[in-house]
Amino acid sequence: MALLQISEPGEATAPHQYRLAVGIDLGTTNSLVATVRNGKAETLPDNNGQAILPSVVQYLGDNKLVVGEAAKNAAVDDPYNTIGSVKRLMGRSMADIKKLSGAIKYDFVDTESNVPRIKTRGGAVSAVEVSAAILTQLKRRAEQALGDELSGVVITVPAYFDDAQRQASKDAAKLAGLKVLRLLNEPTAAAVAYGLDNKAEGIHVVYDLGGGTFDISILRLNRGVFEVMATAGNSALGGDDFDQVIAQWIMQQAGIADNSNQSLIRYVSQQACAAKEVLSQSEQVEIVLDGAMGLSWHGVLSRSKLNELLDPLIKKTLIPCRRALRDAEVTQAEIEDVIMVGGSTRMLRVRERVAEFFQCEPLVAIDPDKVVAIGAAVQAHTLVGNKSDDEILLLDVIPLSLGIETMGGLVEKVIYRNTTIPAAKAQDFTTFKDGQTAMSIHVLQGERELVSDNRSLARFELRGIPPMVAGAARIRVTFQVDADGLLSVTAREQTSGVESSVQVKPSYGLEDAEIAQMLTDSLSHAAQDVAARNLCEQKVAAERVVLALQSALKADGDRLLSAAERKNLDAGLRHLQEVAQGNDHAAIKLATERLNESSTEFAARRMNDSIRSAMAGHNVDEFSE
Amino acid sequence: MSITLTEAAAQRVISFMTNRGKGVGLRLAVKTTGCSGMAYVMEFADEFQPEDKIFEDHGVKLIVDPKSLIYLDGTELDYGKEGLNEGFKFNNPNVKGECGCGESFTV
Repeated sequence: MALLQISEPGEATAPHQYRLAVGIDLGTTNSLVATVRNGKAETLPDNNGQAILPSVVQYLGDNKLVVGEAAKNAAVDDPYNTIGSVKRLMGRSMADIKKLSGAIKYDFVDTESNVPRIKTRGGAVSAVEVSAAILTQLKRRAEQALGDELSGVVITVPAYFDDAQRQASKDAAKLAGLKVLRLLNEPTAAAVAYGLDNKAEGIHVVYDLGGGTFDISILRLNRGVFEVMATAGNSALGGDDFDQVIAQWIMQQAGIADNSNQSLIRYVSQQACAAKEVLSQSEQVEIVLDGAMGLSWHGVLSRSKLNELLDPLIKKTLIPCRRALRDAEVTQAEIEDVIMVGGSTRMLRVRERVAEFFQCEPLVAIDPDKVVAIGAAVQAHTLVGNKSDDEILLLDVIPLSLGIETMGGLVEKVIYRNTTIPAAKAQDFTTFKDGQTAMSIHVLQGERELVSDNRSLARFELRGIPPMVAGAARIRVTFQVDADGLLSVTAREQTSGVESSVQVKPSYGLEDAEIAQMLTDSLSHAAQDVAARNLCEQKVAAERVVLALQSALKADGDRLLSAAERKNLDAGLRHLQEVAQGNDHAAIKLATERLNESSTEFAARRMNDSIRSAMAGHNVDEFSE
Repeated sequence: MSITLTEAAAQRVISFMTNRGKGVGLRLAVKTTGCSGMAYVMEFADEFQPEDKIFEDHGVKLIVDPKSLIYLDGTELDYGKEGLNEGFKFNNPNVKGECGCGESFTV
């Protein structure tokens, strides 16, 4: 006899029609699975009643692996075959990983491909495979708990994930045999869990300090619709870092060297984590490092000392908060409430500082570890079709800016990041050379200034532009992103109406290797980018002057210039061409300005000459009307 | 004519109702569908219909329409666990056969 669940009035499904759907919070430190049963969203516990599955996988060899608590406990003794915090590696290239804040201490296999693989006893594994192992475990748990196969899942990802990271998460689900209904941004899931959709309209902030990532999101509820106004964060800051700071303090106090062996460091980290949890309840904690590791030290960590250790890290979370407020163009006073997500928000100091910053008491009623999974379950329940109507419409934002390549290898952004979708925006571009009849349009995604630092999405050509002088053609490039995140780009020459377009689905159809190759650097290159941009712009400006002067000289040089003047201009032209080969943007600028100055007289003569010829044979009266 | 529920089932229903925050009782019904003829319907009820029969047991109001009652008379509603899965069971004396999965039945 089947076990039945209660449904909402009028929503009882026919036998075999109820579709099982779960929400999965695939976290850096911990993962959870939740579903809606008997009208209530709840996390599904394992046989021991534990809802939280540590996101740790231990490879035993012979295709055997252990996931969860047992693997986490094995981390001390078997550090190189036990993989944790793998979410940080999702969709990252080898180059990215080298830049990650020291936390990753695995052995990576040297391969041709850009996809990093970790050496383990069970062979080399990628981040996607490790995540798939975690998902498989949760899938098995859900199917046991619900008694049937799952129709679909909603998996949450940080709002900050770029397309490669989102794709990697989808690949992991596919590998685990799960059908992804959609990826949901974690903050949006948290807001759904709190039922903010039933609340008064207003602006809500989601402060998500998880194990390995920090995300701040500003959502606006408008006529029952969630709109993500802005997101910001730090993809390499989380509870792990807080534990590390405490661990370092302990090591310093206990006189343990930084370069001690892996097992010892992990052991101290575990002690640090435990101490942190105790300090959420009591004023001080005694830390005892026992003899198991050949240590004997004990000391006391007080809450005030802890606060002192944590404050610099908490401060680091407030910087993105400020940026998100700026992006969303809202002030602290306009914020209705702040939702706390992630285990690290249990730390009292974090709550204090957040309350202080946003000037309102944060929401902590739902277990901050479970709130995202619960929201995902509610969304999965709706998407799979178990709910008749009043679906929540969630608006998403474009996570990274979209733009096109312009002269000199620069990116001109057309749609900025954090724009809500669907979105459409057009921008006019023009030709660079006289008589240019075709234009290559290169669609890019990313925040960096140079093409080479951004992700290439597509290339197409607009042909059949009528020959005109440089700068006369008006080419309107329209970017359109529909509700599914499908981007289409159209280029249209305004005078002749010739048109060309391309459709891009950034998240799909890319091979792992391609994704890895196209990975962008993070946002930490601002200064370098500005310098590069200056240089490129200067080179383009120089080239434009050179081209214009060359064509002018060819047309009128002999007629309007004396031999000496001509020689002078030719010399200036050559000088600029030479300087423009170099990388000194100030020198290029100077040479460009000089040449501009020395050619002013020539330009004036050409102007007069063309006016004279245009007016020849006409009476002044004809022009005075 | 009676419909009853076990202590375990009553506790669950009450907790789900409290969590939901509204409703007058639990509606039990039978509809003709499924792979073996009939299927149970179990819904939160927000209002009574004039023809409804109401059975109260362990503090829970069980609401049944007269047509369904013919098939449900004598049923005891239970709540049980099978491994990680848990849910409600109908112990229905009228049932003569069930489909393999037990989601639908014949009388």
